[in-house]
Amino acid sequence: MNIKSMLSPAVTGMKPSGIRKFFDIVSTMPDAISLGVGEPDFVTPWHIRDAGIYSLEKGKTYYTSNSGLLELREEICNYLARRFGVSYAPEGEVVVTVGGSEAIDLCIRALISPGDEVLIPEPSFVCYTPCTQLAGGVPVPIVTKAEDNFKLTPKALKAAITPRTKLLILPFPNNPTGAVMTEDDLRGIADVLRDTNIFVLSDEIYAELTYGMRHFSFAHIKGMKERTILVSGFSKAFAMTGWRLGYACGHKDIISAMTKIHQYAIMSSPTTSQFAAIEAMKNGEADAEEMAAEYDHRRRIILEGIRQIGLSCFEPFGAFYIFPDITVTGMDSEEFCEALLREEKVAVVPGTAFGSSGEGFVRCSYAYSISSINKALERIDRFVSRHK
Amino acid sequence: MEEKILRLLEQDCCYTHAQIATMLGISVEEVDAQIASLFEKGIILKYIALIDWEKTDREFVTAHIELRVTPQRGEGFDKVAERIYQYPEVKSVYLMSGGYDLGVTIEGRTLKEVALFVAEKLAPMEFVLSTKTHFVLKKYKQNGIIFDTPKEDERRMISL
Repeated sequence: MNIKSMLSPAVTGMKPSGIRKFFDIVSTMPDAISLGVGEPDFVTPWHIRDAGIYSLEKGKTYYTSNSGLLELREEICNYLARRFGVSYAPEGEVVVTVGGSEAIDLCIRALISPGDEVLIPEPSFVCYTPCTQLAGGVPVPIVTKAEDNFKLTPKALKAAITPRTKLLILPFPNNPTGAVMTEDDLRGIADVLRDTNIFVLSDEIYAELTYGMRHFSFAHIKGMKERTILVSGFSKAFAMTGWRLGYACGHKDIISAMTKIHQYAIMSSPTTSQFAAIEAMKNGEADAEEMAAEYDHRRRIILEGIRQIGLSCFEPFGAFYIFPDITVTGMDSEEFCEALLREEKVAVVPGTAFGSSGEGFVRCSYAYSISSINKALERIDRFVSRHK
Repeated sequence: MEEKILRLLEQDCCYTHAQIATMLGISVEEVDAQIASLFEKGIILKYIALIDWEKTDREFVTAHIELRVTPQRGEGFDKVAERIYQYPEVKSVYLMSGGYDLGVTIEGRTLKEVALFVAEKLAPMEFVLSTKTHFVLKKYKQNGIIFDTPKEDERRMISL
């Protein structure tokens, strides 16, 4: 039996991540330095871990309601109101998911019918396109450019809209570029959308990681809340990646549709993680701020270092990535990454992993200690000097 | 800004002034001036290394001594503390609230050496009412640093 031929074409058609084998090499090099990983290097703050442990000691090992513990949903709503001035009802307008990723998948599946177009600014996180394809939708990339600081511009958005456009993904602060959209930038986007029926999936997972400015939520713009599904989670803000917990907030009809899928596919998000997350929402803000301050130090060090090396790089104000232009070496993104790993044992991610518009760039994560960053910078400097 | 510089130096005093300047978005000259003034004012006393001596061959013991003392007329506890902290064996002295007055850390080569120091030097002082000696068996964390922190990065590459 040819098993492969019997798999769903929707899955066989999905592009596998080409980066996997590349990073398998990294793990075999003991003295390699990686700036490749896209998750915090901090451990979850102890009081949050402790709350998870305590819930286990108390025997809280049951399922929660499908949409998540009510107390957690209440705390999420309090947090969003307090931090970003957006208000949601704990009952009906929030669903707690397995990471922000599940929320993205649920949102796309709940909204997209076959043939619907989904606008995806690129470069961006890798899941939007495959999730759209699995839902039968048509991914429509919108290229963002270094000269626009990798922001989505109203002009580019307008040009991409067709009568089939159903959903716009708004992935800011952005992975991999570190770009943010300010209130003014977002108002420009809102003006384009105002007279359309286009929904917005605002992926705000990096909202706590903005530097020198407060994050502004798209849902905060008057008239935009109804069409916006705000997706976020605990991984980046509270260093809780392994707990797998996120959430989506939005109009009750959309959240209810998303919860229906969630209820059949997942049942309910991990209970221990939910109890830990309540503690994070109640008492974790100082931790989040402290971690953000630390990332900011590293961001300045790596940006300064990369520019001194002679690579041009726009200043990113969000997430924990910088996205330097490597064309001065005459190599393409993949060649650069392979050669850098082979010659200097430093791992960074080719920009093309995040869409073809990432060609000519690489993603460096600064979720690493200052000493690792400095070591990596020295090696990148040697490498670039050799190849310029 | 002063506090930000101090927090960075408390993390790692080996950061160069240029690195600190970059991290905080200020000029190197300003960092130079601030740090000079912090030394001047005695806010930064010294840059030292945090050492896990347990990992070396050096023989040593540490003890925490609880001292109950009579404060001296006109000079309170400060004069008493001064008489005690002059000894090089004494590594730290704190004035405490609660069941005793001075918390003293003593380091010596052997248990006996420390015990004798307490018996011969501290206990006979005229203002010392009582001593209670606790020997340190293992150090887990000091100055916010956990001694046995795994060095390996356990994060794995996943789907980016």
